[in-house]
Amino acid sequence: MSKLQDTARSLLDAGEVKVAIGYGEGSVGRVRPLFVTDAAGAQGLIYDGRCTQNLAVYTYKKETAAMGKPAVTAGVATMRALMRLVAERQLREGDFIALAVVGDEVTVCRTLSEMENWLAAAAPKPREADMEMIARIEAMTPAERWAFWRGEMDRCFRCYACRQACPLCYCTQCTVEVNQPQWIPVGATVQGNLEWHAMRAMHLAGRCIECGQCGDACPVDIPIHLLTVKLAADVRNVYGAATGMARDETCAMSIFKPDDRENFIG
Amino acid sequence: MDFEPKIVAFVCNWCTYAGADLTGTSRIKYAPNVKMIRFPCTGRIDFMLLMKAFANGADGMIVSGCHPNDCHYTSGNFHARRRWTVFRSLLEFMGVDTERIAFTWVSAAEGAKWADVVNSTVEKVRALGPCEAYKNADYE
Ligand code: SF4
Ligand code: SF4
Repeated sequence: MSKLQDTARSLLDAGEVKVAIGYGEGSVGRVRPLFVTDAAGAQGLIYDGRCTQNLAVYTYKKETAAMGKPAVTAGVATMRALMRLVAERQLREGDFIALAVVGDEVTVCRTLSEMENWLAAAAPKPREADMEMIARIEAMTPAERWAFWRGEMDRCFRCYACRQACPLCYCTQCTVEVNQPQWIPVGATVQGNLEWHAMRAMHLAGRCIECGQCGDACPVDIPIHLLTVKLAADVRNVYGAATGMARDETCAMSIFKPDDRENFIG
Repeated sequence: MDFEPKIVAFVCNWCTYAGADLTGTSRIKYAPNVKMIRFPCTGRIDFMLLMKAFANGADGMIVSGCHPNDCHYTSGNFHARRRWTVFRSLLEFMGVDTERIAFTWVSAAEGAKWADVVNSTVEKVRALGPCEAYKNADYE
């Protein structure tokens, strides 16, 4: 038994949690989310390089939240998402236990202080491939950038998998579905898709924890996470704000400093 | 036919709108290309409104409100400034021309500045030509 399986088993055994949320073997060599409710099932839990889906989404979704207190398998991105959800008052201390994993090592975090310490030591960074891709797009001319994104938007068919995969897209009614007034057309048109994704990126500015799962979830491989990850980098660079690191962090978009940069305002 | 830019101005009630009123009462003439939309505060000028203006045929925009520390509601313009900063960066990253959007502070006493802002924006957008890419994104 791996340390992860062992830990989950004893937590379930002791009744400390009702469900262990983690990764299990799926089909065709892929992994899938696994919900373990009895100690015997814990042997199905795995953690390896394929386990990138952000499991923090399951801590608040109605169906899974109804299962009771969870122990969540959490790599660094999931840890950040959990912490950000705490900062946004969506989770509280004691609502969940985080099983912070690095390789085969597991740290059981019951308190927010334990999580904060673990995160500080882990010193998360955005994914290198994402930053390279962002740099590549930034190096393009504006016309090339437009052509790139127009082409990507042309393929989006509005399945909203990106939104469902994002741990921070937890609104029960999304602006994209508001119809009075109808901000964004329902059909998958290029312009409507642009509006949808610009809207989503703006609503995640100062909140995105750079896990890249929105893009990874896209069935037609649109690298949609580059928009939110790019704005996350901007917010960090311009306002020095981190996301998903501490319980009391604010959102850079809901605070200000009187001397904030304004070099573009005449 | 000569191209006449269509400019939409999103302005706050307390400073820029009053400033534009002063432009009129001071009988300063300025380009008639601008359609003003008055908001209670710059903090209410949602980025979606700017996208809708582009989609509906605006060639350029002016976004304007009270100078820092002059906001009628104390901090609306400070919040707006952060959002504009991030929104501009997003538009640039997507290849949308931010040169077409003029962000300014115009106070209720700056009637002459308002005329300058409108005139210079109209001339800048005239030189850039019609904004077709965004409006026609569905048909390229
Ligand atoms: S990278 Fe995507 S899925 Fe992850 S937090 Fe940011 S917006 Fe959400
Ligand atoms: S997952 Fe992909 S196709 Fe689906 S709405 Fe998001 S970007 Fe569009």
